[in-house]
Amino acid sequence: MLKINNLHASIEGKEILRGINLEVKPGEVHAIMGPNGSGKSTLASVLAGREEYEVTSGSVDFEGKNLLELAPEARAAEGIFLAFQYPVEIPGVTTINFLKTAVNEMRKYRGEGPLDAAQFLRMVREKAKLVKMNDSLLKRALNEGFSGGEKKRNEIFQMAVLEPKLAILDETDSGLDIDALRIVAEGVNTLRSPEKATIIVTHYQRLLDYIVPDYVHVLYKGRIVKSGNKELALELEEKGYDWIKEEVEGAIA
Amino acid sequence: MTTENIDLKETLVADFKRREQAMNGEAKTPFHQTRRQALARFEELGFPTPKHEEWKYSNVRNLVKTGYGFEGKHSVSAATIEEIKIPNLSGNVLYFVNGKYEAELSTIVSPASEISIMPLREALEKQPEAINQYFGKIADGENNAFTALNTAFAGDGLFVRVPDGKVVEAPVVLYFISDARTESVGAQPRNLFVVGKNAQVQFTEAFLTLGESAAFTNAVTEMYVGRDAHVQYYKVQNDSDNVHHVGTTQVQMQDNSHFYSATASLNGGFIRNNLNIVIDGEHCDAHMFGLYFPDARQHIDNHTVADHRKPNSESNELYKGVLRGQSTGVFNGKIFVQQDAQKTNAFQSCKNVVLSPDATMNTKPQLEIWADDVKCSHGTTTGQLDDEALFYLRSRGISKPEALSLLMFAFCEDVITQIKIEPIRTYLEGIIAEKLA
Repeated sequence: MLKINNLHASIEGKEILRGINLEVKPGEVHAIMGPNGSGKSTLASVLAGREEYEVTSGSVDFEGKNLLELAPEARAAEGIFLAFQYPVEIPGVTTINFLKTAVNEMRKYRGEGPLDAAQFLRMVREKAKLVKMNDSLLKRALNEGFSGGEKKRNEIFQMAVLEPKLAILDETDSGLDIDALRIVAEGVNTLRSPEKATIIVTHYQRLLDYIVPDYVHVLYKGRIVKSGNKELALELEEKGYDWIKEEVEGAIA
Repeated sequence: MTTENIDLKETLVADFKRREQAMNGEAKTPFHQTRRQALARFEELGFPTPKHEEWKYSNVRNLVKTGYGFEGKHSVSAATIEEIKIPNLSGNVLYFVNGKYEAELSTIVSPASEISIMPLREALEKQPEAINQYFGKIADGENNAFTALNTAFAGDGLFVRVPDGKVVEAPVVLYFISDARTESVGAQPRNLFVVGKNAQVQFTEAFLTLGESAAFTNAVTEMYVGRDAHVQYYKVQNDSDNVHHVGTTQVQMQDNSHFYSATASLNGGFIRNNLNIVIDGEHCDAHMFGLYFPDARQHIDNHTVADHRKPNSESNELYKGVLRGQSTGVFNGKIFVQQDAQKTNAFQSCKNVVLSPDATMNTKPQLEIWADDVKCSHGTTTGQLDDEALFYLRSRGISKPEALSLLMFAFCEDVITQIKIEPIRTYLEGIIAEKLA
């Protein structure tokens, strides 16, 4: 589904990603872990098409398409979804109106007609129930005045509505208490299917207690330096990142 | 009528003399003496240049070298009106075309016991005492050349008086239409609104254009808001790119009164709005909202004044602008808190989004405070679009133009939702959606 080959990316001339290689197949859940500043969020941003980052070399193939050539909205319509670490507050745009625009824009991209209002509302209510999102938030301005937990849940709710093939969760666990974390994880698990894949970017292992990954990758200084299964995450939780750093630096020395 | 290098000042002065000679008894009336004094003052002042502090960013050189027909000739029919008016906005609807009141097009629905509405010229005959008491007393013709000029030609426009204690249910809507389909036209409407104690009324002034010739509107509205009165005032401008509009609304508030205004400048070649509120009472509140949307080479300038002269009152102001093309915007917001006006609360905010590298916004908050126990705040922001918000929307599949339009619409909604007349909100939303499409 997703093939990242030797991806290099920089921001303001500073290289952050220095040769990422990663393959994600349908149905898989990959966790990307790593210390602060290792490039985890950059990877998520580059995949979603954030324009501040410049891809200097390498390629990203998503279902046979060159992802790097597509505008962010086209990537979304092709089936990529980024759950933001810091969801943006947009005063004056209600969540429901925003979602309706998003759904219909994606349908337009795929050559489908817009959903009628009744169909859309029914679908949205169903999805809200699925991720236990309170209906009343739908009428409020997008993320405005939402608590940290509400914002993250709104991300998962959007994911439920937009039904991406590949979801990228960028530090979705940061700033959440354990109850909020559980609700978010439940939402993600509910949406898992054999055709869909998930990339979880996280600093801590605790989200992985609830969303069990098939693969765990450790990112350090812009490269994946270690890959393994969920046991690797537990090891990192126990021992921290220092041993990885030492291993990498030792190998270079 | 359009000729390059005409001197508008000379033309107008000559026009005044010609009109005066054609008068019978009117030339001797005290009202005409007021006009004559105003003309003399206009001749002294002349049209302002950018050297004048108040006109630093708004240059009227193109305005004053064009000739305009002030005779009020036009060919506007009821059918034409249907095409351009604000849909579903009913009530007392008064039409002025090229300055002249059009009784046949107009409708007055409120009973005379609730409100008197008549052309100013008629009020000179029928309400001489009110004219004597209120006309020309608050709008500053001493320092503002355009106001002096308007006073010199005063006659067209509307007189409204709401007696004490009356609640006027139907809004009062004034349309000022420039019919510039065949030639350049000019109009100088002069309105006088006197709202009695504990009375309540809504005013809307809408400025619209037909045709592409040049047009000049120099409007002055004087408004008295009596004790405990509630007044709403909306100004909607959707003129052509060839229109010069200079307008002053001068408001005088008495104790416990409420004044609530919104100015929406959707289109116009050159717009200068002065909204001056003198809060001459205690426990008043004055609200000023504004929205402007210049594009291409348009210029939109809003000057506002909240002059607090008595204690315990509040003023609150929010102006927002979206600038595109090579347009320019100006916001100058003055807050005066006089020595007696202790416990004043005065808030001002002006926010702008500049969508094009060639557009310019000039903002100048100006606070002069002589009282010591007051709460005042002001803030202006001028920026580009929020890139983070734009990316967020695009990452959800919303195309860049659509995301832009969604964000700009939301930015404007802040002001639009403040308008309490639904058909005006719908009208503004429709035009803004069209502009953003």
